[in-house]
Amino acid sequence: MLGKLTWNAIPWDQPIPLVAGAAVFSIAIAVVAWVVLKGHLPYLWREWITSVDHKRIGIMYMMLGLVMLVRGFVDAIMMRSQQALAFHAPGYLPPEHYNQIFSAHGTIMIFFAAMPLMIGLMNFAVPLQLGARDVAFPTLNSTSFWLTATGALLVNLSLVIGEFARTGWLPYPPLSETTYTPGVGVDYYLWALLISGVGTLMTGINFVTTILKIRAPGMSYLRMSMFCWTALAANLLIVAAFPILTATLGMLTLDRYLGFHFFTNEAGGNMMMFINLIWAWGHPEVYILVLPAFGVFSEVISTFSRRPLFNYRSMVMATMAICLISFVVWLHHFFTMGAGADVNAMFGITTTIIAVATGVKIFNWLFTMYGGRIHFATPMLWSLGFLVTFVIGGMTGVLLAVPPADFQLHNSLFLVAHFHNVIIGGVLFAAFAGATYWFPKAFGFRLHEGWGKAAFWLTLAGFYVVFMPLYVTGLLGMTRRLQHYDVALWYPWLLAASLGIVIMAGDAACQVMQIVVSIRRRDALRDETGDPWNGRSLEWATLSPPPAFNFAVLPKVHGGEPYWEMKRRAIETQQLPAEPEYEPIAMPRNSPTGFITAFFATITGFGLIWQIWWLVGIGLFFAYATFVWFAWRDVDEYVIPAHEVARIDRERRRVHDERLQQDLRHHQEPA
Amino acid sequence: MSASETLPFTTAPSIDPYKLGHDGRRRRPDDGGAGRNYSTGHGEGGPASKRVIVAYGFWIFLLSDIVMFSAFFAAHAVLRSATAGGPSGHELFDPRSVAIETSCLLLSSFTCGLSAVAASVRSQLWTQLSLLITGILGLAFLAFEARDFMTMIAQGAGPQRSAFLSSFFSVVGLHGMHVSAGLLWLGTMMAQVFVKGFRAVIMRRLLCFNLFWHVLDIIWIALFTIVYLMGEGL
Repeated sequence: MLGKLTWNAIPWDQPIPLVAGAAVFSIAIAVVAWVVLKGHLPYLWREWITSVDHKRIGIMYMMLGLVMLVRGFVDAIMMRSQQALAFHAPGYLPPEHYNQIFSAHGTIMIFFAAMPLMIGLMNFAVPLQLGARDVAFPTLNSTSFWLTATGALLVNLSLVIGEFARTGWLPYPPLSETTYTPGVGVDYYLWALLISGVGTLMTGINFVTTILKIRAPGMSYLRMSMFCWTALAANLLIVAAFPILTATLGMLTLDRYLGFHFFTNEAGGNMMMFINLIWAWGHPEVYILVLPAFGVFSEVISTFSRRPLFNYRSMVMATMAICLISFVVWLHHFFTMGAGADVNAMFGITTTIIAVATGVKIFNWLFTMYGGRIHFATPMLWSLGFLVTFVIGGMTGVLLAVPPADFQLHNSLFLVAHFHNVIIGGVLFAAFAGATYWFPKAFGFRLHEGWGKAAFWLTLAGFYVVFMPLYVTGLLGMTRRLQHYDVALWYPWLLAASLGIVIMAGDAACQVMQIVVSIRRRDALRDETGDPWNGRSLEWATLSPPPAFNFAVLPKVHGGEPYWEMKRRAIETQQLPAEPEYEPIAMPRNSPTGFITAFFATITGFGLIWQIWWLVGIGLFFAYATFVWFAWRDVDEYVIPAHEVARIDRERRRVHDERLQQDLRHHQEPA
Repeated sequence: MSASETLPFTTAPSIDPYKLGHDGRRRRPDDGGAGRNYSTGHGEGGPASKRVIVAYGFWIFLLSDIVMFSAFFAAHAVLRSATAGGPSGHELFDPRSVAIETSCLLLSSFTCGLSAVAASVRSQLWTQLSLLITGILGLAFLAFEARDFMTMIAQGAGPQRSAFLSSFFSVVGLHGMHVSAGLLWLGTMMAQVFVKGFRAVIMRRLLCFNLFWHVLDIIWIALFTIVYLMGEGL
């Protein structure tokens, strides 16, 4: 009746997951109870859960990403403290638990923290920057988000019901086959990623279509902001790479569930094929994460240096070059697996070539700042921290791209330090830079600068104190994923790394304080003009927070940096452009489709993990029913009447006019 | 003599397919999804029509689906000779049955195309009829494929027998699952056309269904070549 699920699935004898699970469960119950008792449920349902507004969905992605970032960070604290304690000692985490923690840490950080953070920023900013009213397929966008949330939920469920994979963040066979890993851990991993992978793929389709097909009039390709370009490249990569992940995990699933022989030891299976296929997805995935990050830094550096991005066209070229070359470097993840010197040399060369394109970007950012009037706001600090940190990470990456060096460093903590160096220094810093940069646009008030700066400096310091020692231990021969060790040489470095994680915890506290303080002082931090940073691209042309339709009249674009141009022209002519004729605007209606689909996807996934087949049947049937029901609805848009559009836009014009008059007075003052 | 006088027989302005989106006269920035049949090209013309957006997005999805199939094709190419002492394709494949399956699918693509023609002239009867025939041919295809699978499994050549057979059953089965999903969609579409008629949203869905069905055909051609014909030669 319940498949493999019994009471023994709950780890009664392991206090850590049990207490953690109980705490999370209680918090979740408390939040739900608070929402219901305070009567917020209708609001939440109407304005957020069923919302198909790209801005709301972007914010929800960010929230999911931040919550999962905390979960992954807790795993990191446990790993660092375990290694600090496990010198000549067993530490406090038994091996089977420790293995689950490093697997969960990687899986969660990549798929459920970094990806939602980047997709969240794209969701929020790209349509605004394009001068569009929403993405191409708004309901699909909501479904994407909720399917991602399903994946995150399944991974976290494994904490208390059953176990998570112990096979690392990429479950290499034959270890991940049923022969060697009979439990449900790998199944949790597989179904969580298969389901959320569908969501990610649909995001990719949605954004490629949005960026290529629904830009404001006059917004030609080479007038798009750099963030839109990098988002385009990242989403092209999603469309081309995520199906490979789905196929590969599908094959492993067939092996595990139906006794197929894709990757087994027996009957002709080929486990090297898994390694090749998974990295054919895995390397583009790296750029799916870091390209949007590059876009964020381009926006931030240009805005806070008060200069246009230096050599925009070469930036576009570099972005698209990375997009292409990212598909021909995957073998550098397994130089040691015997492909031979020629093949290794070829992939070593392609890997160094991709670093050239990234180097072009670094120089462009430097030259953007050169001669600019740099304003050291929090987003800019993150960007400067990124520039320094990422160059170090990039250079250790180029070092690893040299096959003979890689033979020494493969699977060592040097590698671990390298990819944390680029992912934290690149993606995470970008997430924080982007979140601080676009926060006033999303909520109408800025984040508190003091706490933001404290968070930045602690992160930067914490990062170096954690990972520079790990480079050293890697060079001293320490392999990754060690539950305990007896080498005295490594011990002091690992102690230092655990000190770094304490500093990082201070950063997390500052981030929370930043949000709390900012909300409390929101009136003082209010963004009245919709343009708190003196921005250059279209998202700053509308109010903060923007109305549902973003732009009352689609902006006409006459060049790069369209909003800068509009502001310049207003100052030149000493007035705003004439009031446009307002027309009613049709916007997509809210839809619970995404939420309901994800609900049944969760049921289906849970049934598949525990092999409760009737539950799978129910889930699939209702998922199809939801599809038909959604397809059947007749009214999928609502119309905002012209007078309402006019009312909202006149408010924007009033604010803009006030600001213009202020600017003009300022200009007329004698020098 | 003005340009319009040289073309006395056209009532609607003609569209040059090689200059889609470049014709200044046709640029309408925000048409509110009226579904005009042209795109806006390199992008100074504002948002494309809903029809273009939907079809374009669906094409991107189909491309991603083709990438997924290509991973399975690659796996099959790697594992093709890994028969582990079991039967090879040459011993197992029944060319007659595969030929029938191919004919069913190609014919169904033709009738699917007919349904698009019928829908464009708003003929309920012919649309339904051609969709029905498409569905029946699809079902026939699936029936023959299922029979092939059953025969092989009965011979002890199921997917668990060898890596070759695992990849064979997966790649062919994945295509079969796509056809099954397509049939579910087709049934839903027939009901929608019947109840709601040929409104713009239904026409867009019919367009997407057509694209989907033809892509299944394209994938079958690749399957037929790579799995069956080349497998036969091994």
